[in-house]
Amino acid sequence: MTAAVETVAPRAARPSAGPWRQALRRLARNRSAMIAAAGLVLIVLACALAPVYAGSIAHTDPFTSNASGTAVVNGARVPVLAQSTEGLGLGVTPIGPTWNPGSFFLGADNQGRDVMARLLYGGRNSLMIGLSSAALCCVLATLLGVLAGYFGGWIDAVLSRFFDVIWAFPVYLLAICLSVVLLTSGLHVGPIHIDAGSLALPVVIIALIYVPYVARPLRGQVIALRNKEFLHAAVGLGASDLRIMRREVLPNVLPTVVVFLPLMTALNMLTESALSFLSVGVQSPDASWGTIINDGLALLYTRPAITIAAGLCVGLTAVALNVLGDGVRDALDPNARLRGGA
Amino acid sequence: MKRITAIAGAALLAAGVAACSGGGDGAATSGAGTTGQTTQAAAGFQEQHKGGTLRLLAKAGDGTLDPHINYSNGQWQIFQALYDGLVSFRKVGGKAAYDIVPDLAKELPQVGADGKTYTFTLRTGVKFSNGDPVTVDDVVASFRRIFRISGPTSGTFYSGIVGAAECVKKPAGCTLDKGVVADAAANTVTINLVAPDSEFLQKLALPHAVVLPKGTPAKDQGTTPIPGTGPYKVESYNPNQLMKLVRNPNFTEWSRDAQPQGYPDEIDYNYGLTSEAAVTAVENGQADWIFDPLPADRLTEIGTSYEQQAHVNPLAAFWYIPVNVNLAPFDKPEARQALQWAFDKNALVKMFGGANLAQPACTILPPSFPGHADFCDFSQQDLAKAKQLVQQSGTAGQEVSIVVADDDVSKQIGEYARSVLEQIGYQAKVKVISTNIQFTYIQNSKNKVQLSVSQWYADYPAASNFLNVLLSCASYHPGSDSSINISGFCDKDADAKIAQAMKLDQTDPAASGKLWGEIDRELMQKGPIIPLFNPKQIDFVSKNVGNYQFHAQFHALLDQMWVK
Repeated sequence: MTAAVETVAPRAARPSAGPWRQALRRLARNRSAMIAAAGLVLIVLACALAPVYAGSIAHTDPFTSNASGTAVVNGARVPVLAQSTEGLGLGVTPIGPTWNPGSFFLGADNQGRDVMARLLYGGRNSLMIGLSSAALCCVLATLLGVLAGYFGGWIDAVLSRFFDVIWAFPVYLLAICLSVVLLTSGLHVGPIHIDAGSLALPVVIIALIYVPYVARPLRGQVIALRNKEFLHAAVGLGASDLRIMRREVLPNVLPTVVVFLPLMTALNMLTESALSFLSVGVQSPDASWGTIINDGLALLYTRPAITIAAGLCVGLTAVALNVLGDGVRDALDPNARLRGGA
Repeated sequence: MKRITAIAGAALLAAGVAACSGGGDGAATSGAGTTGQTTQAAAGFQEQHKGGTLRLLAKAGDGTLDPHINYSNGQWQIFQALYDGLVSFRKVGGKAAYDIVPDLAKELPQVGADGKTYTFTLRTGVKFSNGDPVTVDDVVASFRRIFRISGPTSGTFYSGIVGAAECVKKPAGCTLDKGVVADAAANTVTINLVAPDSEFLQKLALPHAVVLPKGTPAKDQGTTPIPGTGPYKVESYNPNQLMKLVRNPNFTEWSRDAQPQGYPDEIDYNYGLTSEAAVTAVENGQADWIFDPLPADRLTEIGTSYEQQAHVNPLAAFWYIPVNVNLAPFDKPEARQALQWAFDKNALVKMFGGANLAQPACTILPPSFPGHADFCDFSQQDLAKAKQLVQQSGTAGQEVSIVVADDDVSKQIGEYARSVLEQIGYQAKVKVISTNIQFTYIQNSKNKVQLSVSQWYADYPAASNFLNVLLSCASYHPGSDSSINISGFCDKDADAKIAQAMKLDQTDPAASGKLWGEIDRELMQKGPIIPLFNPKQIDFVSKNVGNYQFHAQFHALLDQMWVK
């Protein structure tokens, strides 16, 4: 008995793992989330190594037109863009997938550029825009959601109507309208200056249109927190509003924000692809998976690999981010098992 | 004119180009390049093929039905079966299509010794589709209407008519009482010009000068059909769904050269399908012809599996890069010449569909066009030389943007140009804007467009329609959306030579042709325009279609196709 007490006592003295560490452990036990995370790491790594692939393996510049270029396929030198020689000799077809990493692995586009190299470079932009816009969106939404929920009253009324107005527009319609306007003139508001064609432009546009989608639930959460005893206690101790929001409210809504981050990254990446596909997202000379799908559309009958490859990249990354996002949610709030999980 | 847009008309209006001279021999936009089903001579009407419904497809209707206003390829093609002017281009395939033949006029006009008076005797017995006879009053009213509605070419093509200048200023009160004079007793109409114009008959053969009933309101009739004299009339028109043409019950063929009777009983022009879907419909025999350019990824399939149904013909047109000579870096002649060396035109031809659908352009005037001289001073791409010229000009490293429309070919050319500009030392970017506004946007000097991609299709076969319209001082209007001299090029010496060539054309077409060639070459050296390629037209018809004929001016003669 005594021995038992002696063995328990040291355990009780050990500090319990913090909620973040516990969440991480739960996430690590979630097999699907881990597979998704591994897939994401692979995709990010491959995209990060795009210059290595283009420069050292494929020996190509994916941003320079190569319409009159040639390539060696199966020992024979062939034009990258081949003029049809059959029948009336109409049409020009880019070289198809060679499955040789050293030369047009996925074929060429209608400028004669290596599709694989462009896919990797395009992935960098797609991921960067998806992640940056999700981060910006979450920061703005957290700020506005906390302000609206904490102060209530006219601040809440004004901010909520602002969310309503943005929410009233179909999200893609709003994004297209903003893009069309800003793509010609750029964004110049006060100290913020973003040139037309800059990658920062789709980041800002996509972040803005999704702010209400994140801010709304956060506002609701803060309203619920406002009546909790610990918040009343903080007020009773004379803490300022800023301190209460920073020290008491923010830590409680942060897990929700963390859950939103991967989900919004996936959503924003899809939005970016859609906008780029419609030519109002990433602008030449930059590429993204959306622009590559657009490039491939004109070759859908003859070279479907371009569209399929870029579409698969978008799809797989979005699925991976969603599965990871679900895992993060389950890890942070084990009671909310909306879509299964660990 | 700019292809598939009515905006170009406004451009020409403000350009104020007094086109004179030209004529000459017809350009070789014949059926020589036609492949597949052979062009059949329009020797006589073949009764056994009369009947059936011809089914045409386009993404959308091409604007107003008013022939005095619409300035688009699509409607001009249809107007050939609906309306007539005093004279017309001969409605046959081949080189003869550029011949001017009498249409509502009994014969070609008597031209006064001073070259300023044209007297037409009207045919008798011709009726509009509403049953009213065509009279000299209708002719006079039609010419007035061109100005009263401020038609897109009233200030250019028809500005040489006496009284036209006042009509352009005050359209509502236009009478042209000294310019177009009718003699009802003699059944003649006399048109008086302020100066001789050897292109005048060609201008009269365009749809903007067709004869309409005198009671036609002096405002755009939009989707309301105006009675015409052609073999068909419009029964209904919804630009998003369908234009339905049926036989004009009051039509009797008066001249097979000018207005032959058509073969189908009905022509249905359906709108709304994408070009991909339209190709499939024609392949399946569900439609007979497509107006829109064919999708690039279907060309090989059409050229091999449907060889007999594809017809390829050269066009009097070119795609080009207007270079703004008033903005850095291309205000430097060396920088412009660098561009002439920078482009691999064979690569650009590939982007248009390959060597059988376009040919690299060395000159501003298309091959076989009046005044064309066979030279090629910038035949091969030479990037090293271009780079050296950029260095010499002291403009290396400057930012350059190229404004393109959002159609596939323009975007590809823009991307190619960006790549080339980067290679020769500039920081380049492409600005893609809607096709609906790009053409006017690039014309306005306020938009500070350095480079753009554009196209020019001849309104009629005359060298002035390219060189004078696109590059004369008179065509440059700073700050206007209607400044067809997109380059902003104004060179007094070049202008003087153009004027000389236009004058010479009235007396010595051969000498003027030679002079036009020299002007073309000089302008190429000065570099306000980089010609890219001369496109060809591909018509894809269903296997039901016979008697395909390509008209050099108005393209496929739709009502001459038979489906029975």
